Amino acid sequence: MIFNPFTVARRLRKIGLIGINQRNADYVLRYNKRQFYPRVDDKLLTKKLAIEHGLPVPELFAVVREEHEIKEVHAKLAEREKFVVKPAHGSGGDGIVVIVGRRGDKYRRSNGVLMTADEFNHHLSNSLSGLFSLGGQADSVLIEYCVEFDPVFDHVSFRGVPDVRIIIFQGYPVMAMIRLPTRMSDGKANLHQGAIGVGIDLPSGRTCKGVWGNELVTEHPDTEHSIIGMDIPHWDQLMMIAATASEMSGLGYVGVDIVLDKVHGPMILELNARPGLAIQIANGNGLQHRLEAVEKLKQLAPTAAERVAFAREHFGTV
Amino acid sequence: MKKTQLYLLAVVVSLVGLGFAGYKWQVLKFPLEPDAEVQVWTIQARAEFMANGGPNRVELQLPARSINDLPDFLVLDERLISRAYGEQMTKSGGGRQVEWSVRRARGKQSLYYVATVVRDEHEWLDGSRPRLADPPVLSEAEQAALDSIFTEVKAESADTATFSRALVRRLILNPESGAAELLMASRAGSRVRAEFIAAALAIRKIPARVIHGLIMTESNTTADVLPLLQVHNEQRWVTIDLRNAEEGIPENFFLWSRSNKPLLSVESDATPSLTFNVQFNLADAMVMAKRRSEVRNRDLINYSLLGLPLDAQSTYRILLMVPIGAFIMLLLRNFVGIKTFGTFMPVLIALAFRETRLIGGILLFVVVVGLGLLVRFYLERLRLLLVPRLTAVLILVVLLMAAVSVVSNRMGIEVGLSVALFPIVIMAMTIERMSISWDERGSAHALKEGFGTLVTACLAYVVMTWDRLEFLFFVYPELLLVLFGLTLLLGRYSGYRLTELVRFRALATDEQK
Repeated sequence: MIFNPFTVARRLRKIGLIGINQRNADYVLRYNKRQFYPRVDDKLLTKKLAIEHGLPVPELFAVVREEHEIKEVHAKLAEREKFVVKPAHGSGGDGIVVIVGRRGDKYRRSNGVLMTADEFNHHLSNSLSGLFSLGGQADSVLIEYCVEFDPVFDHVSFRGVPDVRIIIFQGYPVMAMIRLPTRMSDGKANLHQGAIGVGIDLPSGRTCKGVWGNELVTEHPDTEHSIIGMDIPHWDQLMMIAATASEMSGLGYVGVDIVLDKVHGPMILELNARPGLAIQIANGNGLQHRLEAVEKLKQLAPTAAERVAFAREHFGTV
Repeated sequence: MKKTQLYLLAVVVSLVGLGFAGYKWQVLKFPLEPDAEVQVWTIQARAEFMANGGPNRVELQLPARSINDLPDFLVLDERLISRAYGEQMTKSGGGRQVEWSVRRARGKQSLYYVATVVRDEHEWLDGSRPRLADPPVLSEAEQAALDSIFTEVKAESADTATFSRALVRRLILNPESGAAELLMASRAGSRVRAEFIAAALAIRKIPARVIHGLIMTESNTTADVLPLLQVHNEQRWVTIDLRNAEEGIPENFFLWSRSNKPLLSVESDATPSLTFNVQFNLADAMVMAKRRSEVRNRDLINYSLLGLPLDAQSTYRILLMVPIGAFIMLLLRNFVGIKTFGTFMPVLIALAFRETRLIGGILLFVVVVGLGLLVRFYLERLRLLLVPRLTAVLILVVLLMAAVSVVSNRMGIEVGLSVALFPIVIMAMTIERMSISWDERGSAHALKEGFGTLVTACLAYVVMTWDRLEFLFFVYPELLLVLFGLTLLLGRYSGYRLTELVRFRALATDEQK
């Protein structure tokens, strides 16, 4: 079939697919005030706000703000077997290191590679000098609880933590997907690094379509297990958390990333003021019709529960 | 609602830009192309006479310099050449004169007036007052002849203009009748006849005068003075060509004088000779446009880029192209969806290419950035901190470029030599950006962005070094306002990018099923 940009554009327009230009012009620029960006860009601030709002987040073990604190951090972590190192301003999972154990004074990463204390320190120092932050400004590093993910995802993820991304528009959940790490993504739940995105039907909380790169998939490429028809546990709670978190951020159009912990249940990982568009491919649905449905509402419901109920009623994946 | 405001602003800004450019193009005759030429005439008037040894005064009528008094042409420049004569420009009798004077002169004298003239279409606002000429002194027979001609002419004319034209026809073009022959026999020469008609019209209370000029041709010749008759019809001056009795100023007519005084008068010599020599040339349109606007409105030049010193001008020639590069960047990023390092990095790289040429620039860029990346990855393993690492990369980039220059010089390739300060900084920045992208998003992503940057830079370079465009924007910098308006218009484009269509096309075919 010959690729004709105009027919493709017409068909995409029909299913309500949103492009980057439209996302920026009509949603991000219009609904997200610049002053609230730090609330989602700085993970330390996000965590603080979430705790204030009574939302579950992974426990913070230590914060490194200065170069000299790097040496002291080893003592603080002496008691911990597993933890995650995260730059506070990192974007898209960059600079995140997951430590799952020790061997002598070396750390074992989630991909099995051993990391010497020296390498560990260098990574912290790189993060502090802003290697992973947008614009390269000086950064701080969070060391936090490593999520023990829910066993329901054991068969469909490769060495990493799957997370659920829910797009919230003016407090209403509009679309969701679960991101499954693969061998290619090095255990990271990031679509552009090779993780799989699987769309979630909002009313039922059941997975429907999967996308890997730009191709549609039905099975996990590493484990060969079907990724379709899985029920996401605690689905209602997940949507409630996401809807409340968007209120806390002050942003009108925001992506909320949530992980499911075996022990603690759903926890907020981070928020994103410019959530990507691949979620539309994962769902096989465009965002525009759902966003317009919310924009058409005469009055926005005041409580998260009402908004979640609205979303469960109207935003089924077709 | 806000969108209409945006569109309005965009349209207004564009129109202002276009208006300015249009004025400069149409009225001031600034050229659109770098090698455009305009017609320029150099007119030399030579006055020759015999001096009697005593004090002497010479008066020559000159063409007007203010554009309102000179139809179809514009005097850009003029100079007087006269040895030992004192000179003084005066204005009187509806004209401009030069008065040469000398205490003592003997023998044949030659004085020159030289003017540079270009064509310039504008309205001729001749506000001079109509005045009756002095009626001619006629014998009785002549009086009777003139009266009979007047009666005939009156019968076949409707107004002042047609009356005068009929008179010219009767007296000069077809002087077959006895009355016309009688009148014209003693009056030879077109100038004398023209003055006679002007004087005769005074009898009928019609204000008339004779103006003098030259016909400009596209060759180098001696030109004869062409007298034209002007009659005033109580609203304006009507010009009548004595050669064919037609109304209107003949084509290519350069008005020399409309004063009633003789073109040249010399105190010591009753019959001085005045010859005109016209030289035709094609000159650089840019230079002529500049001088033309200097004559018309000095400030337009003083407050434009053309008034800057030459080295500043050449800087602006390049600088004015940067917005064009940025605009191409905008098209490629928001409409095509090409990924690049940073927002304006490709434009900077395109600027760097100016100094290395395209092919050489790409080679140099790929080689230096590639080697720089290797070095940087090694430095990464040495665990340097960010700022020291950047410094180290910069030092190595300079060394690398020096090496490339030396090697290419030995091999007799000139490309490597044309390295300036500017590209080095840009390359160091590119290397750092690319390696960060490499670390964060993987090699494929970094290479894709690197390739996108290079392609965008090449495109921007090609457009930015297009001579005609560069010239156009330098001469008409106000066109940037049009670009600004266009940018505003495109700034709200929220449709799909081309690459998105490719990325999401699976969804479109899905829908089809």
